[in-house]
Amino acid sequence: MQDLTVEILELVRLAATDLPPDVEESLRKAVEQEAPGSPGRGALETILANVELSRQNSTPICQDTGTPIFYVRHPEGWSTRKLRQQIEAAVVEATRRAYLRPNSVDSLSGKNSGNNLGGDHFPSVHFEEVEGETLVMELMLKGGGCENVGAQYSLPNAALGAGRDLAGVRKAVLDAVHKAQGQGCSPGILGVAIGGDRGTSYYASKETLFRKMDEANPNPELAALEEQLTDEANQLGIGPMGFGGKTTVLSTKMTHLNRLPASFFVSVSYMCWAYRRRKMTWQNGTVQYE
Amino acid sequence: MRKIQLPFSDDVILDLKVGDPIALSGVMVTGRDTVHKWMIDTFIKKTRPAQGDDLEVYQAILPLLRGSAIYHCGPVVAGLESQDYRFVAAGPTTSTREEPYQGDVMHHFKIQGVIGKGGMGPKTLAACQQVPGVYLHAIGGAASLIAQTVTRVLGVYKLDFGVPEAMWVIEVVDFPAVVTMDAHGGSLHAEIEQKSKAVLQELLAK
Repeated sequence: MQDLTVEILELVRLAATDLPPDVEESLRKAVEQEAPGSPGRGALETILANVELSRQNSTPICQDTGTPIFYVRHPEGWSTRKLRQQIEAAVVEATRRAYLRPNSVDSLSGKNSGNNLGGDHFPSVHFEEVEGETLVMELMLKGGGCENVGAQYSLPNAALGAGRDLAGVRKAVLDAVHKAQGQGCSPGILGVAIGGDRGTSYYASKETLFRKMDEANPNPELAALEEQLTDEANQLGIGPMGFGGKTTVLSTKMTHLNRLPASFFVSVSYMCWAYRRRKMTWQNGTVQYE
Repeated sequence: MRKIQLPFSDDVILDLKVGDPIALSGVMVTGRDTVHKWMIDTFIKKTRPAQGDDLEVYQAILPLLRGSAIYHCGPVVAGLESQDYRFVAAGPTTSTREEPYQGDVMHHFKIQGVIGKGGMGPKTLAACQQVPGVYLHAIGGAASLIAQTVTRVLGVYKLDFGVPEAMWVIEVVDFPAVVTMDAHGGSLHAEIEQKSKAVLQELLAK
């Protein structure tokens, strides 16, 4: 198998320094929604200037380069052990080049490893073998500020009046957006998973964030709820950075998993406006990025 | 945008109101989770004995913090190997985690500006009225842009806390922020929280 360390390093650099076009486009539309001279509009203008500058200078969009979360779908015959080694080598080099901040801290000693490695789960890598000859590696950098405002609800929830149906899911998600205020670096993108156990539910809520901004949900019921939630979240008036304004959420992405009869989880992963996700596709020895 | 030179004066602080955009110049110090806990445990509540270079660092930061600003920031720093430090990305981190500590730290060190993102709660707001001080909101995620206002890294303390958690002494020119909590009890965060809560109740009732 081919050594992809150099290609993965470029994937990390792109993710950390070059915001995907669909996210930038969405932020540009949001600026026009905010009143001229308002703090919310000022925040979005600063954000866009920063996106431009980061791309030009190859410097991190946000200093919190987050948890590097890799999803790898590989053909039969690839060694996941070697792929993990290559991912780790790329992450170490990306840290040395200041594309990534050293972000991996031992939870017991408080010591920062200095190179973004640590234990079996940092960086976070998920492998899946797929049919065909194409390897796809997706990377998301998810910062701590937005990760901290993620929330999981177990329905029914009496305080919210939320039952075990989509109407209840709606209430849980709106509550999470309200609780987050501007602390997840709004305007945010919501990844919502319905069902699963606590672990798989959160996992799926992150995975669904890999969808493009304008990619509608294949399930018409969820597609409608995604639209409604984005619209209603924006009625809350929290605005960019929590300064007040019309743009609190840029997009909502939902997915669903089977659940136990006893459980009904709603997991909300909040992604900050610095929605750093990039994809690398390997085929016949050549690599493409998007 | 109002230009302000660090250290602050009480007059300048008292003149600042929620919503004012400002540009800060002068020397400030970064400090976040580990630093705040270390300050409280070692020098304020004294539940942990000073050890290593603690006292030396304490003496060094006292004059730097007095009348100046603490910046909730864990930067990306280049030149770590050569010690020729340069800030590459330096936006604010979420401030609310320092809410249990910030008011006491402001009083102890006479800090008059707290810079971060997301706002803080009643304890810090009370300290802003007493010290007096302000909370300055920087734009979260605008890390490359803010790093350009850091003209020099003058030094670093407690690098053993890790790069993001160390205290970096930096000189800034026209560092952009918005006053979101002032010395008169005003808080944009409390206001937005209340207003959005009312809308949420309406939406939940539907």
